[in-house]
Amino acid sequence: MNTPESTADLNDRVRSILAADRRSLRGVRIREIGVYAVLVLCGVFSLLITIAIVGVLLTETLNFFRSDEVTLSNFLGSGQWTPLLGSTKSFGIWALISGTMLVTVIAMAIALPLGLITAVYLSEYAPRKVRAVLKPVLEVLAGVPTVVYGFFALVTITPFLQWLHGGFNVFNATSGGIAVGILCLPTVCSLAEDALQAVPSSLRDGAYGLGGTRFDATVKVILPAALSGIISAFLLAIARAIGETMIVAIACGSRPQVTGDPRDEIQTMTGFMVQMAGGDVSNFGIEYYSMYAVAFTLFMITLSLTMIGNVVRRRYREAYE
Amino acid sequence: MVPRINSMNTVTKANTVTSKNTVTTEKEAFAGSPTIQTATPTEISQEQFALEILNLDSWYGDFQALHGVTIKIPRNQVTAFIGPSGCGKSTLLRWCNRMNDTIAIARASGTLRMGDTDLLSKSIDVVDLRRRVGIVFQKANPFPKSIFDNVAFGPRLHMKANRSELADLVEWSLRKAALWDEVKDRLNKPALGLSGGQQQRLCIARAIAVGPEVLLMDEPCSALDPASTLAIEDLMDELRTQYTIVIVTHNMQQASRCSDKTAFFFEGKVVEYGPTDRIFTNPENKQTEDYVSGRFG
Amino acid sequence: MPESSSQSNSDQRSTPELRGRAGRMLTEKWFSYLCVATATSSVAVLCWLLYSILSHGLPALSWTLLSNPPEPDPEQAGVRPAFFGTVWVCAMCGLMTLPIGIATAILLEEFPPKSKLGGWVYGLIQLNISNLAGVPSVVYGILGLTAFVSMFGLFERDQDSQSSGFELGVTYYNQFFSEGDRAILIPVENVDDKLSVVSEGMEAYTFARDADGATIVDYSKLVPTEINVITYDDPYPEDPAVLENTLFADAEAGRVSQKSWYYFQVPFGRGVLAGAMTLMLVILPVIIISSQEALRAVPSSLRAGALGLGATPWQVVRTVTLPAAIPGIMTGAILAMSRAIGETAPILIIAGIVYIRNAPQHLMDDFTVMPLQIYNWTSRPQEAFHDIAAGGIIILLAILLSFNAIAVLIRQKMQKPLS
Ligand SMILES: Nc1ncnc2c1ncn2[C@@H]1O[C@H](COP(=O)(O)OP(=O)(O)O)[C@@H](O)[C@H]1O
Ligand SMILES: [Mg+2]
Repeated sequence: MNTPESTADLNDRVRSILAADRRSLRGVRIREIGVYAVLVLCGVFSLLITIAIVGVLLTETLNFFRSDEVTLSNFLGSGQWTPLLGSTKSFGIWALISGTMLVTVIAMAIALPLGLITAVYLSEYAPRKVRAVLKPVLEVLAGVPTVVYGFFALVTITPFLQWLHGGFNVFNATSGGIAVGILCLPTVCSLAEDALQAVPSSLRDGAYGLGGTRFDATVKVILPAALSGIISAFLLAIARAIGETMIVAIACGSRPQVTGDPRDEIQTMTGFMVQMAGGDVSNFGIEYYSMYAVAFTLFMITLSLTMIGNVVRRRYREAYE
Repeated sequence: MVPRINSMNTVTKANTVTSKNTVTTEKEAFAGSPTIQTATPTEISQEQFALEILNLDSWYGDFQALHGVTIKIPRNQVTAFIGPSGCGKSTLLRWCNRMNDTIAIARASGTLRMGDTDLLSKSIDVVDLRRRVGIVFQKANPFPKSIFDNVAFGPRLHMKANRSELADLVEWSLRKAALWDEVKDRLNKPALGLSGGQQQRLCIARAIAVGPEVLLMDEPCSALDPASTLAIEDLMDELRTQYTIVIVTHNMQQASRCSDKTAFFFEGKVVEYGPTDRIFTNPENKQTEDYVSGRFG
Repeated sequence: MPESSSQSNSDQRSTPELRGRAGRMLTEKWFSYLCVATATSSVAVLCWLLYSILSHGLPALSWTLLSNPPEPDPEQAGVRPAFFGTVWVCAMCGLMTLPIGIATAILLEEFPPKSKLGGWVYGLIQLNISNLAGVPSVVYGILGLTAFVSMFGLFERDQDSQSSGFELGVTYYNQFFSEGDRAILIPVENVDDKLSVVSEGMEAYTFARDADGATIVDYSKLVPTEINVITYDDPYPEDPAVLENTLFADAEAGRVSQKSWYYFQVPFGRGVLAGAMTLMLVILPVIIISSQEALRAVPSSLRAGALGLGATPWQVVRTVTLPAAIPGIMTGAILAMSRAIGETAPILIIAGIVYIRNAPQHLMDDFTVMPLQIYNWTSRPQEAFHDIAAGGIIILLAILLSFNAIAVLIRQKMQKPLS
């Protein structure tokens, strides 16, 4: 097929190619260092974001407290949030926190049980065909922009609630809460399913092997083993609900008050920020700085929840991997 | 059932702790060679050794994987490493071209020399070293590129070869790896479309395309069918005149068929090292005899 | 559900023999019903959501809705400026976020730390990224407002000042109306100069006229003109041609500006760039995490193969890992972009609720985006606006759907086996 001469030729040529000068390693090494430096800069950028968030929120919050109209005791001790009232300004953050809590509780009352049961179903029970439908449905629910949920809450859920019970205000905590719950459901579900899937199959097989029903195995073995993962899913979902903005801004109204009545109009921390941003407030007034104080409070609450959630999650991941 | 879960948790916790510990034990400087313990003087001059390994210790974290390994690997011959799983053969091989650098917890002390180059020195250029010492892994790992691009990968990195030179180099390497006739019509087809044995030969071609002096092969045939194994053994026979080949194998027949020298490893130590004939027919050590005759491992 | 679980708990305490097999099967049955009911409910909710939007929005969907600015009359209102705002902001955001995000992922996955300190920093970055992913997007809006819109107030000048800190690609004019009611534009050298100082012989422009003599109000087509400055003591010119160029020495001017497509200012103000950078903060953690997952999915045997051939870490990334991970990275990036497209709160904080009639003309231009326009309409009391909001939602969802379809396509078509 190939003559010995041509092979010998090839050998000679290759010998000279291999003997020729190699590419200098110096350029390669310099480029390596340059690339690494760029990568490190990019990596450090994410740290800078955190530093900037903390720095900005802290300084502006301090500016807020430096004002004569504000006292820390009023901020932390009062349930009156009336920054836009000319004469009787009061900055009692509890009015906003209470609104946030009300919405979050309603949302979690929906998202946590439904999300967990769906996760158990997907991970332990569901036939493949059901999975093939349910997973994309959850993905779509997770991908719908929050402003759409806000629309849904205001235009569809609220009238439905009013039809059920006359006492519901046009803006009310329940309708926003339900929409936030629907929004958080996929989060709970996918994180909890991850946790359930991470339970070692040996443990699962052991539980089934003992002749228990699937329900027994799930409740007594798999759920306890996945507990930390499930807790972390819950924490991350709660943080998500607390930080949710557009739904509550659209559907829950703008009356900050401490109330437990889910039919009433409320305002959340995020809702207040949207009100400030949408309105015409001068960049220097005390009410403008109050937005930073609220943002700082919100940031601290969600950050601690996320942090605990991530630590718990990492713990169980390490444990099983 | 509940206690089982608990015990499981404690076990996993313990794991976490140890893994943390191991991470903190840093890769240290490859300490300069201690006094070189000259093995029994031989009449072979240094020139003829491709790799000299003297008193090499190696650790993964706190676990010592190699204990005072001393082997001189002759130039242009095939040396086989045999021994039960986990005895450190791959570890030694991976030090020879510093693939262990990718394992943060791996460190070594002792002497590992290639000519005058101290391969364990911190200042050595591993990129250059890996060009001189090629490696073929147990599982064929062609890149998800075309056959041509796989073979040309190394030359493109290291050489200033032009298009036709590259083509020559690819053809030559594939011929050396006894793959040319099978793939010459589909050089631009994905390498992953080749069979397992072809993929492994492609990896060998890829390794020799950069013109290494030493070729390390870590159980290259363990995942292959007998026909492909035979092809690779023929290939080694073909290559031995030009390359120093070190092969790790679990297959006694393969070691005895292909290699000039054999080292038997056990629990991180070299139990016996010598000409293959002698190791297989007349081992000095009882353990070696048991192993090569298939009584354990 | 509560009954069944408490029952099984009490059963556990008693001896197993006492537990009826029938009872256990019953629990099992009820639980599986519960599961199916729950699963069905999420499908039902999605259907309800879609029905609500389609029933409101389909009648409102029209070419007018796509092509018109958001007129005050819902019959005439459209999303054109918002659509282009979304395109601008998200394109800019993607251009900035992708390189930074992928680079960070490459750093964390492909360049293992070399020292104890390095390992610690990597751990910090990783922890920080997962925490950043949990920060509410409205907080990023607040950060963007301070860091990009006003840049910490560092460039603040006194209140009278017309300009911001630094500008490029803009010409300011003092605009007068002559006695003949024609616009006279006098270029301004120093933006902080008093508005109305006018004297004869100054460089002056006016709007061009078309063939019919109608004025073309276009600042890029100005024509030079001579001005005629008079005081109250001077005789008032009668000739209309002279009047056209006549100004009183103390005439009142307004300040106008003509900005080029490359107009740039520092601080950024409430413009496209500030919005895009704020969205970058929101989706950066998402892109980093998904890129990391894509890189992690590349078998390490490929890395070992390339390293074994003497490739440097960056060469390994460039020639092997990155090409193999690109489909995964692109999928994640597209999903992150669809998050950016739907993100409202941070944009609302940056852009505010403003009435925008035109697509953005430059990076500093005021803008609005689709979800913000939807919010704007939704928060009005009239039903008619809710309907066009739903129409806008349908358009938005269609965009998102096509993005996701692209992601799925990439996942299916480009994802080659890697080993
Ligand atoms: N990356 C690693 N980290 C920790 N221990 C390792 C690692 N690689 C190998 N080892 C350990 O080192 C010992 C020797 O491994 P190896 O050299 O792979 O053995 P062989 O190739 O002879 O089967 C084994 O006990 C193995 O568990
Ligand atoms: Mg091995």
